[in-house]
Amino acid sequence: MTGTLTLGPILYHWDADTKCDFYARIADESPVDTVYLGEVICSKRTPFCERHLARVIDRLERGGKRVVLSSLSEVVIPRERNMMRDFCAIDSQEIELNNTSGLYHIDGRPHRLGPLMNVYNERTLGGLAARGATHATLPVELPRRVVGAMAAAARERGVGVEVQVFGRASLAVSARCYHARAHCRTKDNCQFVCEEDPDGMPLTTVTDQSFLVVNGIQTLSHSYLCLAAEIDEMRDMGVSHFRVLPQRADMVAVTRIFADRIAGRADGAETLARLEELNLPAPLSNGFWHGAEGHRHFGPRAA
Amino acid sequence: MSRPELVCPAGTPAALRTAVDAGADAVYCGFQNATNARNFPGLNFTPDEMAQGVAYAHDRGAKVLLAVNSFPTAGRFDLWRDAVDAGARLGVDAVIVADIGVAEYVAERHPDLRLHLSVQAAASSPEAIRYYVREFGVKRVVPPRILTVAEIRQIKSEIPCEIETFVFGNHGLMVEGRCCLTNYVTGLSTNMDGVCSPAAQVHYDKGPDGSVTTRLGDFTFDCFGPDEQAGYPTICKGRYTTPARDESYYAFEEPVSLNLAELLPQLIEAGVEAFKIEGRQRSRAYVRQVVSNFRAAIDQVLAGQEPHLDDLVALTEGQKQTVGAFGSKKWR
Repeated sequence: MTGTLTLGPILYHWDADTKCDFYARIADESPVDTVYLGEVICSKRTPFCERHLARVIDRLERGGKRVVLSSLSEVVIPRERNMMRDFCAIDSQEIELNNTSGLYHIDGRPHRLGPLMNVYNERTLGGLAARGATHATLPVELPRRVVGAMAAAARERGVGVEVQVFGRASLAVSARCYHARAHCRTKDNCQFVCEEDPDGMPLTTVTDQSFLVVNGIQTLSHSYLCLAAEIDEMRDMGVSHFRVLPQRADMVAVTRIFADRIAGRADGAETLARLEELNLPAPLSNGFWHGAEGHRHFGPRAA
Repeated sequence: MSRPELVCPAGTPAALRTAVDAGADAVYCGFQNATNARNFPGLNFTPDEMAQGVAYAHDRGAKVLLAVNSFPTAGRFDLWRDAVDAGARLGVDAVIVADIGVAEYVAERHPDLRLHLSVQAAASSPEAIRYYVREFGVKRVVPPRILTVAEIRQIKSEIPCEIETFVFGNHGLMVEGRCCLTNYVTGLSTNMDGVCSPAAQVHYDKGPDGSVTTRLGDFTFDCFGPDEQAGYPTICKGRYTTPARDESYYAFEEPVSLNLAELLPQLIEAGVEAFKIEGRQRSRAYVRQVVSNFRAAIDQVLAGQEPHLDDLVALTEGQKQTVGAFGSKKWR
């Protein structure tokens, strides 16, 4: 069985100690092959991340992990523009771009494309591959038919293709910080209130339905997207990499469960049963894959 | 001071004629399918209607901009290719695109066709814009509705292409082209299908006390008392609860519309080449009133006068208006 298990970047504002401890455990105990590191959501949080970055990279590499650095997803103000310019000058690690401004700086040099890059079709993938893209993580909303066609196109071009298989789905980004707004602050005066919500700030509808979570400028699903049962089909299509996103759950356990699934040591139903034992704080969803409402969950035998 | 173009919505052939007659310098419109970001039932143009629309506009000195600004999915690219080819054949003055693959197709196959970058491409920095100019020869960009006037002025000074900003209509909160909230709720995608909060899945549930609960798909987005006017359930204008708030609140934005009439002089001074009015889904009466008002206001600013606009607030969503992100960084 083939397929590479990856750990996506931490999207939330975890404090530096928590992050360092988290990655130490990943380095020592998790079977993931590749770890994406970096602050993707908010440029104000970046100093927390950068201070320990070299140490975390070293720790993960000693643990046998490949480390890829992920860029910011929103680039508007001068600080963010400078950060993106400097990011694209990194040559010590592979980098993943999440904003088009990075494509300007990278100018044909090798890079990966992150899931917020809107690679929806084979022509876009081909055009970007001709300009240096070696790997693409597909948008989270793509249904099975499109993932299949993209995987075939990627294989033809020798490009790696990655799909998120676990974690809350990123549904929108904005210029406005909804964490700051909830606390009647502005983004410039946020006092890092997002740190209070390490798994996102819940938004519940007025009829009490758990619906979304807010992570600064990002809005994510309340449900944890989970494509455990769909992994065989994806691999047959040519999907080469499977991405698990860090949540406030036992991520060593989650990555072990997915590693077993990818290696063929557990089937879809068994994998879902093992995930259920972890008492995750939200229901699972896989509607996007089935071309249905993203929040829905179809069982392993659903057509 | 150069004379900025007034770019107006044309959801139907009748709206196109109305906009042109009301003083639009250009209209934007799309074909009747998923190739544009306003793929609503009853809207948009057949190829024949597009040909007639182009003739009508050109006869009166106005331009037609074709929106091909959704994201084709793998295996469906032909539909977007055909839309671009049809636009070129019918003599549209520019195509508005968001997808890199579509941009590349236009640049390769129709190098003489003017290329505009849609707001859906989310090009929010000079570098992002310069990427599209360098790689595909984009001539005009519509940046996301998240920038202040000062930031627009700065961007304009750093890019080798024209800039078009929204001045009136729907107030987008999420970065355009980076939002799949509708798909999460309805199974239809803004990027892939060109729909946002589709009417077919909207429900107004009446309670025994006469209150109305508005729903999209399975989720509730607001509740209204018996005497209140129930608003359309748009996910990013809904009310929610969260532990940090004692009461439900508009977590993203209140139901307000964008109106930058008061900022027109500053935007012209910043070098903006075109002003866009949102609303291909709106009525002819809306188009007539908004277009004629902005036509007059722009001409007044250019003549060195104070712009005078009728009260357009009655036409806006929720009958409330805002300058949104354009006024100050504090909006963020």
